[in-house]
Amino acid sequence: MDEMRVLLAHIDTPNQTAIDTYIAGGGYKTAKNAIGKITPEQIVTCVTKSGLRGRGGAGFVTGKKWSFIPKNSEIAYLVCNCDESEPGTFKDRLLIEKDPHLLIEGMILASYAIGAKKAFIYCRGEYYEGMATLQRAVQEAKQKGMLGENIFGSSFSLDIVVHPGAGAYIAGEETAQLNSLEGFRATPRLKPPFPAISGLYGKPTIINNVETLCNVVHIVDRGAEWFQSIGTPQSSGTKIFQISGHIQNPGCYEFPMGISLRSLLDAAGGIPQGRTFKACYPGGSSSCILTEQDLDIAMAFETLEARKSALGTASVIVMDDSADMVKVSHRLMQFYQNESCGKCTPCREGTRWLVQILARIEAGKGTLYDLTMIDQICDQMSETSFCPLAVGAAFPIVSTLKEFRAEFEARIRCNPTYEEEPKMKISYPYLSKSV
Amino acid sequence: MITEETKQTILKLQQQYPVKRSALIPALHIVQQEVGYLPVDVQEEVAELFGIPANEVNAIVTFYDLFYDKPVGKHHIHVCKNVSCMLRGSDEMLKKLCYKLQVEPGETTADGEFTLSAAECLGACDRAPMLLVDDQVFGPVHEKDLDEILAKGKMGPGHASPMGHSALMESAGGNHG
Repeated sequence: MDEMRVLLAHIDTPNQTAIDTYIAGGGYKTAKNAIGKITPEQIVTCVTKSGLRGRGGAGFVTGKKWSFIPKNSEIAYLVCNCDESEPGTFKDRLLIEKDPHLLIEGMILASYAIGAKKAFIYCRGEYYEGMATLQRAVQEAKQKGMLGENIFGSSFSLDIVVHPGAGAYIAGEETAQLNSLEGFRATPRLKPPFPAISGLYGKPTIINNVETLCNVVHIVDRGAEWFQSIGTPQSSGTKIFQISGHIQNPGCYEFPMGISLRSLLDAAGGIPQGRTFKACYPGGSSSCILTEQDLDIAMAFETLEARKSALGTASVIVMDDSADMVKVSHRLMQFYQNESCGKCTPCREGTRWLVQILARIEAGKGTLYDLTMIDQICDQMSETSFCPLAVGAAFPIVSTLKEFRAEFEARIRCNPTYEEEPKMKISYPYLSKSV
Repeated sequence: MITEETKQTILKLQQQYPVKRSALIPALHIVQQEVGYLPVDVQEEVAELFGIPANEVNAIVTFYDLFYDKPVGKHHIHVCKNVSCMLRGSDEMLKKLCYKLQVEPGETTADGEFTLSAAECLGACDRAPMLLVDDQVFGPVHEKDLDEILAKGKMGPGHASPMGHSALMESAGGNHG
């Protein structure tokens, strides 16, 4: 199956980051034809009709999100979420490093649609080249009059600020990102109020992922019907799939939504020779694990949801038969422990406990009782944590343990006293669960 | 001590935002690039520029992974240890680097050239196993490349900042890039 490159159409074009090259390839044409020529409502309607769903992980319908901005808001902000930190995800890096003006054009259209005069790109601090490319692109766009006062002779004005993060996975959660952008620790806020009502500086704010905003350009240019005609009914358009881990040619591949996992792996050259497919996390590390039986699953929001996994950022982390699932689980949990912001107890303590348990299992010192503990802690974390980070931490571990329990048990049996229960029993009366 | 020039850049940076405190993280990046790290007295100076208590600046410095409140080497190596890189041999690579530099992860070499850190996913899984030396991405890294990477890293200016190419920094004409 051949790739269908829409968003990645120009990434191999030499000097694509220069505004002149971008314009020569038809760039800024869509914004020029739209700003001041059609109404903001028409753009919102078009994007809603296209069925575009957010590409940052949650998959919320973009046009619907935009429509939550209260009418006649005097001030509104657009924040582009480029804090790409989900393990296995590297599509936004490619887009901003290779085709930054596509994002800027998408932001012009989105800002016009929601009535924002000021927009921010929150770029993760480790993306040095991406930050530099974006900063240069924004300066160029300002010099050429694509940004600033009265864009394309209309009454619409827009300023974009490229803002660096400083290394925090949680800053990718939208309300935590707003706190970070305001100069505070990146800790999530209670919802509601949702950012569209009260976001940055308490003003209506829309937070969209890089890939989402890049899609907007093509939707406004080619129409909602065109976009709907690609992919599946509930997941329209193309998607940049990122394939990493035990795979022949790791990288970004753009396909219509709904491509089978098997075709996707084939497109990336398949499993290295002499090895066989064992499992994969289909949507970044915070999604439930898929096994060999799932190879024919369609990679779309609704199908993966039905399988109790998630499309997430469509970052497929592939593992062949040489992968040690206990080690993978341990490594992932260390990540979540490190990235837990510490605001709520279930996540802060839960991830820490899980790391300790997984460490001792990996070291051959676990007990069978530890496996019960893992399930219970994950259960409590998912139910009681403040934001989705802990839920995302529990998903991969619970599902990996379920699918590969034998591997965990085999490791535990290295311990001569593996059947022993801990001496002290912990009870949780308030959850009417006892351990 | 923060130079007068940097202070002026920070004051200009604050004007980019509707509320000046938003410039705090970018400002800390710029200051860290100049000073090398963010000791308490520097944090106090930054706090003064923002008119906020020093402990609030400290809360930021201690929360974010890219800010250092203790001295680090001239060059910073971040080795990705997350799953995609781990599956492709990052553990072994980290061990080799530790041996070559004679440090544990998180430590700085005796000559003060390199700090070696094990980092979480750096968003370049297509280049696994990968590492960052200051602002340079290297990958896929093979054992035989390590000496060359270290030599290349040594030649760089060190102390990278994501603010290196902002219009403000370039118009300030300082040695920030």
